[in-house]
Amino acid sequence: MTETSFDVKTIRRDFPILNREVNGKPLVYLDNAATSQTPQQVIDVIVDYYQNYNANIHRGVHSLSQEATDAYEAARIKIQKHFNIAKSHEVIFTSGTTHGINLVANGFSSFIKEGDEILVSAMEHHSNIVPWQMLAERTGAVLKVIPMNQNGELVMEEFYALLSNKTKLVFCNHISNALGTINPIEEIIHAAHNIGAAVLVDGAQAAPHIKADLQALNVDFYTISAHKVCGPTGVGMLYGKEEWLKKLPPYQGGGEMIAEVTFEKTTYADLPHKFEAGTPNICGGIGFGAALDYMNRIGFENIASYEDELLQYATEQLLAIEGLKIYGTAKNKTSVISFNIQDIHPYDIGTILDKLGIAVRTGHHCAQPIMDFYQIPGTVRASFCFYNTKEEVDILVKGVERAKNMLL
Amino acid sequence: MTIEKIQDEIVDEFSMFDDWMQRYEYMIELGKSLPLIDEQYKTDDNIIKGCQSKVWVHAELDGDKLVFTADSDAIITKGIIAILIRAFSNQKPHEIIDASTGFIDEIGLKEHLSPTRANGLVSMVKQLKLYAVAYQTQLN
Repeated sequence: MTETSFDVKTIRRDFPILNREVNGKPLVYLDNAATSQTPQQVIDVIVDYYQNYNANIHRGVHSLSQEATDAYEAARIKIQKHFNIAKSHEVIFTSGTTHGINLVANGFSSFIKEGDEILVSAMEHHSNIVPWQMLAERTGAVLKVIPMNQNGELVMEEFYALLSNKTKLVFCNHISNALGTINPIEEIIHAAHNIGAAVLVDGAQAAPHIKADLQALNVDFYTISAHKVCGPTGVGMLYGKEEWLKKLPPYQGGGEMIAEVTFEKTTYADLPHKFEAGTPNICGGIGFGAALDYMNRIGFENIASYEDELLQYATEQLLAIEGLKIYGTAKNKTSVISFNIQDIHPYDIGTILDKLGIAVRTGHHCAQPIMDFYQIPGTVRASFCFYNTKEEVDILVKGVERAKNMLL
Repeated sequence: MTIEKIQDEIVDEFSMFDDWMQRYEYMIELGKSLPLIDEQYKTDDNIIKGCQSKVWVHAELDGDKLVFTADSDAIITKGIIAILIRAFSNQKPHEIIDASTGFIDEIGLKEHLSPTRANGLVSMVKQLKLYAVAYQTQLN
């Protein structure tokens, strides 16, 4: 294993929360797949907004409104550049990934008819299953599942077998939140396009690790949440190809998404405002942009390389614990380790780890079909970020051993 | 022994431990020694709603006293239900209905549980009392 020159100690100074104690022990935060922590640089931007230019955007004639509008739209441009999106109006601000998926699923009611097929991967979390089930119920479409193998990898032969001229939509996560698998989305997008189907990729887990080039991917829709990339909660991004966004009907009605309203008829605003009804999360959007700036300063290649090191180290250390089994052993995976020890309930391990100051996620991770596949109630999930250290991995391993000794 | 005395006993036992890891160890031991529910009663009807892990509770009358048995797929939860059963089982239904649950606060159980587990604890207490109400109606 090659050591990177990544200076984690310096980086950790940016995250004030990492200095706190939990249950009398130094915090070891390993629940990054649920939400990442926020650096001081982003906190400062949020504070600056509320202290100096808090105002509603787009419609105000006064200076504060203009400043807020400029900062919000600048954030949209930052997102556009980060993901190499062709046009800034293809960036829709949402409240998060779930909102983005629901927006598309609702809009597709106009294009899906009874008997059409929509394909979902077997390793989705509920946010990328339920909206499509609801679409299928509304339209009479058929939901089909792309299966996965025991390693937590999609069975691509089965995917190709499921594709047909009935397939209208394929949706898949870029990285699985429960298993860490990096899915072959380039191949999926290419194959789906060959038969004329559209593809939505849930990029929520990928965004903190991979700087996706959405033009190169040629994906139709891509969604992420800011709070997974060191930004604030309650804000996210939906990318949609212009041709699709023009075709999709508005998801919500209200201010900002209109061109003209009379009691007889309403005409809608142009993109992106057509999908941004009401006052948005202005401060969140600005913070989102600042978070991408922060991560880009560190560099995604550095982040990926360091997190791979952590993943490899943590995997080796955890597997040395007798009886520990990791779920999700894909060849191509990122810094998520989902595990159980014999028949100890994951909640029990999580509870003991919490007493030791270690924050992990336990349960089904909003991905119950994956747990059903493995026939387990859930897992303990340790998910790493670039501010975690090998020393923290050692603390986790000791904590897991202690929990095991107590619980068995 | 009255419910009150049993609860005092439990409070005394927990006060012997210096920190919460020791208390957890004790709860786990209690969970391991819990008289298990008969397999036939591990049904969906007997699952307590509100718990993140599964908890089954069965109640039946033995003379004029109500006897609880339980199980859980998580050992700490099993320890919690074991404490509650020790406090409330083998008592007359009306005594269970009237019993205080202040001992839970005294041993600090609720504040040291995660919010989901604390909600589960509240659900467990509620369910034991509901059983008591149902059987009291039967006895009347």
